[in-house]
Amino acid sequence: MKSLTKFMDSFGAILLAIIWIAPLLFAFWAATHSTSDAVNLNLFSPWTFENFRVAWAGAPWLKYFMNTFMLVTVILIGQFVLTTLAGFAFAQLQFPGKDYVFILVLMQLFILPEVLIVENYAMISRLGLFDTILGVGMPYMASAFGIFLMRQSFKGVPVELHEAARIEGCGLLGILWRVYVPLAKPTYLAYALVSVSTHWNNFLWPLIVTNSPATRPLTVGLSIFGAPENGVDISIISAATLMSVAPLLIAFLIFQRQFVQAFLRAGIK
Amino acid sequence: MSAHANLERRRQAIYGWLLLSPAAVLLTLFAFYPSVATLWSSVFSRGTRRKPTEFVGTENYADLFADPTFWIVVKNNILYAGVTIPVSIFIALSMALWANGKIRARGFVRTAYFTPTVLPMIAAANLWLFFYTPGLGVLDQIGSLFGLPSVNWLGQPETALWAIIIVTIWKEAGFFMIFYLAALQTIPEDLKEAADIEGTSRWTYTRRIVLPLLMPTTLFIAVNAMINSVKLIDHLFILTKGGPSDASKLILYYIWEMAFAFFDAPSAAAMTIMVIAVLGIVATIQFFYLDKRTHYQ
Repeated sequence: MKSLTKFMDSFGAILLAIIWIAPLLFAFWAATHSTSDAVNLNLFSPWTFENFRVAWAGAPWLKYFMNTFMLVTVILIGQFVLTTLAGFAFAQLQFPGKDYVFILVLMQLFILPEVLIVENYAMISRLGLFDTILGVGMPYMASAFGIFLMRQSFKGVPVELHEAARIEGCGLLGILWRVYVPLAKPTYLAYALVSVSTHWNNFLWPLIVTNSPATRPLTVGLSIFGAPENGVDISIISAATLMSVAPLLIAFLIFQRQFVQAFLRAGIK
Repeated sequence: MSAHANLERRRQAIYGWLLLSPAAVLLTLFAFYPSVATLWSSVFSRGTRRKPTEFVGTENYADLFADPTFWIVVKNNILYAGVTIPVSIFIALSMALWANGKIRARGFVRTAYFTPTVLPMIAAANLWLFFYTPGLGVLDQIGSLFGLPSVNWLGQPETALWAIIIVTIWKEAGFFMIFYLAALQTIPEDLKEAADIEGTSRWTYTRRIVLPLLMPTTLFIAVNAMINSVKLIDHLFILTKGGPSDASKLILYYIWEMAFAFFDAPSAAAMTIMVIAVLGIVATIQFFYLDKRTHYQ
């Protein structure tokens, strides 16, 4: 009886797992076979990499990759600087008005940037940042979530270390840089993984703010490439899709444990 | 001594505001000011070349309430939230219970569950397109094995929204699973042993011990799923574009369409304000209810 339930558990779990990655597996199948073989699910048909070649030639993918890479880098640097400074101020400094400002920052957690697309678009145009990578990244840099995360992490630093550094003659920014930042390394790593995978995958805002292949990230490029009016078939779309997810997917498979830990650390706060 | 303390206090105040200022500037530019500007533009008429904008009070809201599409979209989004939230929570919980148990191929199972989380929604939509395409898609191929007729899943009003819902659940369940997994690992082993000694069935153990202990996690996930039910609309751009005849259109997509396809900024603003109001209510619930239960440091 016991071994039967155990078997059923394994069976159910594995069945669900297979269902869950089936879309990826089918895409892989479609991408490596000719369109007619792919749709007929002809198991013994020959493999081909022709679809990847056609897909690669069909759009400036290298540029898209570079744009996405630039975008996530710009956002990450901005976030690190801004959330470190603000998080430290909230965690370790006493100044009038702090609590009110902190509540204002927390409010931003629920006013999602996605919801404010219209006015943010107007703001970006006013700043002359339309169709620039900086324009895509800017609204995400002062992340309330990041500030909160950093504040939590800095609060956990023992006062003794702070005092010791001060007695040694370290200024406030020196203390932040030499004591707090090194101790928060795991939080930075976690935040970086979450940030990079979020912005690598972001679509709606880049779609609105970019208008040329010179700035367009992968997601927007992929959606344009696959648009029905371009008439590309399912095998080629699958190949393009796999190409564009490959870097993040491979990174995930290698650093799986860190990824999961990162999401947990970032989510549970 | 008091002069020194005074100096220190002033120094901290100056440093505090200096350190905050870069974040404060960007938050003002891209969160606070836009929120106020949205409220502002939602009470003014749409300007044309001949007629400048003028104050119209709640007229934009009244127009929206009179717009049948608006109600279709609201109804769609309620159904979207009403299905994706509980179903993805249920699947996430089952995944976590399995992935935490002693089963075969556990590493593979965990990876498979979590993988959709790292894919862009646009890519996910492309993958599912291969499933849904009428005649050629995998679903139709499987159906035809059993002699079922071809179904245009994305092209008919009865199924389009459901096709969207399934992609969303597939995308977010694995993400929610890891929060359950973490919570499960904090449940002490002795509880299970005690339950075994008492001869408690596994179902009773799960229902009476595990589920109550997971309650804070469930609330946390529910709030996230609620936010996602507003936010996750990227796949609409690939799969249905909100069609056929608005059957799968969701609020954020409609806001985008209003603003960037129909250039009707006041209506988009009015709708945005309503979404912010709903999110605010969710935030308040979380603030008063959740904060007591989840432990911050």
